[in-house]
Amino acid sequence: MSTVKELVKNHTAEKALFQRRLWVAISIIALLILTLIGRLIFLQVIEHKRYTTLSNENQFTLLPIVPPRGLIYDRHGVLLAANNPIFNLTLTPIKVKNISATIVDLQTVLTISNDDLAYFYKQLKQNGRFNPIILKAKLSPDEMARFYVNQYRFNGVRIDAELVRYYPQGNSFVSALGYVGRINVDELKKVNPQNYLGSNYIGKLGIEKFYENELHGTVGYQQVETDANGQIVRVLQRKPPISGRDLHLSLDSTLQLAAANALAGERGAVVALDPKTGRILALVSAPGYDPNPFVFGISASNYTQLRDSPDRPLYNRAIRGQYPLASTIKPFSAIAALYYNAVTPDWTVFDNGFYTLPNGAHTYRCWRWKQHGHGRVYMSRAITVSCDTYFYQVANILGITRLGNVLKLFGYGEKTGLDVGEELPGLVPTPEWKLKTKGEKWYLGDTIVVGIGQGYLLTTPLQMAHSVAGISMRGQLYQPSMVDYQILANGDKMMMQSVALPPIQLSSDSWDLVIDAMHNVIVSGEGTAHNSFGITPYSVAAKTGTGQVFSTFGRDIDNKGKPKHLQDNSSFIAFAPIENPKIALAVVIENGNHGAPRVARQVMDAFFNEAENALPPPPTP
Amino acid sequence: MHYRHPPHPNLASSSSRYQGLLYRWHLDSNLLQALLFLIGFGLVILYSAGNENVHTVEGQCLRLGFSALILVAVAQIPPYRLRVLAPWVFFVGLFLLIAVMIIGDVGKGARRWLDFGFIRFQPSEIMKLAIPLYLASLLHEKILPPRLTTLFLCLFIILVPVALTALQPDLGTALMLLLAGFCVIFLAGLPYRYLIIVALLTAAAVPVLWHFMHDYQQQRVLTFLNPETDPLGHGYHIIQSKIAIGSGGLFGKGWLMGTQSHLNFLPEHATDFIFAVAGEELGLFGAIILLTAYAWVIGRGLVIAYTAQDTFSRLLAGSLAIAFFFNIFVNIGMVCGLLPVVGIPLPLVSYGGTSMVTLMAAFGVLMSIQTHRRLWSN
Repeated sequence: MSTVKELVKNHTAEKALFQRRLWVAISIIALLILTLIGRLIFLQVIEHKRYTTLSNENQFTLLPIVPPRGLIYDRHGVLLAANNPIFNLTLTPIKVKNISATIVDLQTVLTISNDDLAYFYKQLKQNGRFNPIILKAKLSPDEMARFYVNQYRFNGVRIDAELVRYYPQGNSFVSALGYVGRINVDELKKVNPQNYLGSNYIGKLGIEKFYENELHGTVGYQQVETDANGQIVRVLQRKPPISGRDLHLSLDSTLQLAAANALAGERGAVVALDPKTGRILALVSAPGYDPNPFVFGISASNYTQLRDSPDRPLYNRAIRGQYPLASTIKPFSAIAALYYNAVTPDWTVFDNGFYTLPNGAHTYRCWRWKQHGHGRVYMSRAITVSCDTYFYQVANILGITRLGNVLKLFGYGEKTGLDVGEELPGLVPTPEWKLKTKGEKWYLGDTIVVGIGQGYLLTTPLQMAHSVAGISMRGQLYQPSMVDYQILANGDKMMMQSVALPPIQLSSDSWDLVIDAMHNVIVSGEGTAHNSFGITPYSVAAKTGTGQVFSTFGRDIDNKGKPKHLQDNSSFIAFAPIENPKIALAVVIENGNHGAPRVARQVMDAFFNEAENALPPPPTP
Repeated sequence: MHYRHPPHPNLASSSSRYQGLLYRWHLDSNLLQALLFLIGFGLVILYSAGNENVHTVEGQCLRLGFSALILVAVAQIPPYRLRVLAPWVFFVGLFLLIAVMIIGDVGKGARRWLDFGFIRFQPSEIMKLAIPLYLASLLHEKILPPRLTTLFLCLFIILVPVALTALQPDLGTALMLLLAGFCVIFLAGLPYRYLIIVALLTAAAVPVLWHFMHDYQQQRVLTFLNPETDPLGHGYHIIQSKIAIGSGGLFGKGWLMGTQSHLNFLPEHATDFIFAVAGEELGLFGAIILLTAYAWVIGRGLVIAYTAQDTFSRLLAGSLAIAFFFNIFVNIGMVCGLLPVVGIPLPLVSYGGTSMVTLMAAFGVLMSIQTHRRLWSN
């Protein structure tokens, strides 16, 4: 009997059981909901008076104290980013009965621009009505005086002080420092919102963005008694903020300004670094722009003007510019040939101005084709006179893979990891890359033109400086970096270590050969920078480059006949002194018509003049 | 001729074309109206609780929209197919729960999140649905009331995910999972004598449980028992939310006018403590409207359970509706100071995403059960 009972499901009985249970559950739910309502009645009706008093009476609250942002100095202690106190007119919406009427009334006392108003209403939408919102930033003393006289008329409007970033050097440093700006919703999602309570600014670009965590510091709190309107009655307890760390950059402001001056009127970039550490000495993109308006939120019209300027000042050419290496590739091609033992140093080529592929498919010109080429060239002379014919053949012998491998050893084709952020990797092309992006196979001709730094190869001025520093140090490269040390909140110095990259193995003779040839670029009568760079009291090794912007399709049009924007890019890499390298630099000038050596000379002279005139460091006790 | 869902005069009661369309999409219009009302009211509260930041409301709408798609998708799956899928859902959920123990992302000191790059979610949320699903499918095959061996099997199925979740540690969700599982067994006819035994055992286990609790969890219980001892520390939440609700009175201080939340006296006012904002600004009146909206949703869920046509559907619908109620009760009880602070959000009103998807999926299941009913009944 019991087996049958267990085998057969009695649907009616089960449904009845379920429904009985459901009624039990419904009763419990009803009981609990009544409990909640009872509790609410207790709190909101019976105890209402008590809680209203508690809510209206003085209360405890925590208010954030914004930490002062870390300062930024150059290597000599010159202040590059300061915090200046400014005074803002703010309005607390909850305390103002009619906001638009108050603003109209305020405009009889102060001028409030449409941009200010637009920003105010945007903030009003996001911030709610209990926090003060900036109506007009950066009041002048005169404006403050005018407001204070009339303040009694404007309940809920007051002047608040805050510390704001100021870049005393303006235009010339923005490519390295970047700037801070008002924090926006997306940025607030990426940081710990607790730590940014009360902070209005965040690093948007450059060093300011890369070191945001270090520069910002840790928010402090004060526990205050306030009344129900949020007015502070007294401070009970205070946890001071931890101010942001000061950064001491390796940047040399004298050199930075010299580079900016040398580039004046051009579009281009200068990157100079210390080959022994990889520390950046100068990083300039021209034309620059003033970062200070960005701190408060630049007006739409000014921003449009910057953005649409044909000179593209907002584009950081030093680390994002994508230029052909042009003839500055030649020392690296030579090193690649020696690295793979592809040709010997005394292997000779006869340059009659033209190079024809072995299969006769195409003929390439040397830049001296009109003078019937360079005649007999071997490796050292090929670098000095920048012989295209020689390096077409080197590229043909090496092939794109081996040439590309050595270029990658020198840091081309990938980001250097400079602590300014936002850099671009450039491109060292491979057959796989071409197939993937262009859907075409790699031709021999693609390899040949890379041999003289044209074709698909793209680099940034930063990579060029980084790689020539590698030659100066005979294969030892350091990751480029900009911060020498940080000052912690307790005053301790935190040194930033420079990172040595794996050295490039090559015989000492080979390095001598390439460096001598680059020395001859300056000192030899037939060197390509003999006239344009000139003889210097310090020893320099260098290489020039001329990047074609505009294909002449074989027609003979020299730069003088071309409009400026079609003229060739001019580039230059160099280091000095040869015996004990202290500076390595790269200069690129867009449509520069061979102007880069002149700029490089001005920068180098500034560097060595400064070194000569520098006072000995003060004796340490 | 091929049509899947013949219209039925009794089911499509008000025979309007609008309802016919909803029915074709397996959406229950009554439950849908209740949800829309609740969500709309919730957004109004959230706008104020989020300090009038439109981005908060936009973000919430985006999540609601996504969750609504899940609801519609789930509603298309007929119950018999859900029953077949149930073990899969459960074991995948269990696998993810174990995965989160090993590779989970740590947030606020607890391992709860799985990060897939494009989406982050808590596997314990899946379990809120997976446990009732699996238990209901299991008990569907058994004769009810269940025998002792079946009960032990069910207990095991409940306790493994509960333990894994409690270890993360996420006591709030673990408690919700336990309640959801318990609802199924209770509705299946768990004999009352076992219930009494379990209650006694639990009472005996309290000291042991206390021993295994994290410091912050012990603190929460202590604070709950006497919040005034630590007014600026752990008691702060409870005191401030009671002040907020109490000072609201009958009709509240007015929408957007709550000083407790807008001056930041009330912590987490957009998430776990959002009910206090409603209480402060809209008063007893607003709180009762909110409770009524919840009661409507729960009531409709219970009606669906009552009229469901097989054991699986009954147990599932009933337990989901009751579990939803407990979510609300625990949250509001906490905010009112009736229960200790357990970190669970107020369903469909609190700002935040993960629980919303599971909730809406659960409503999808309810709608599926209601709209896939057959014409006959036994």
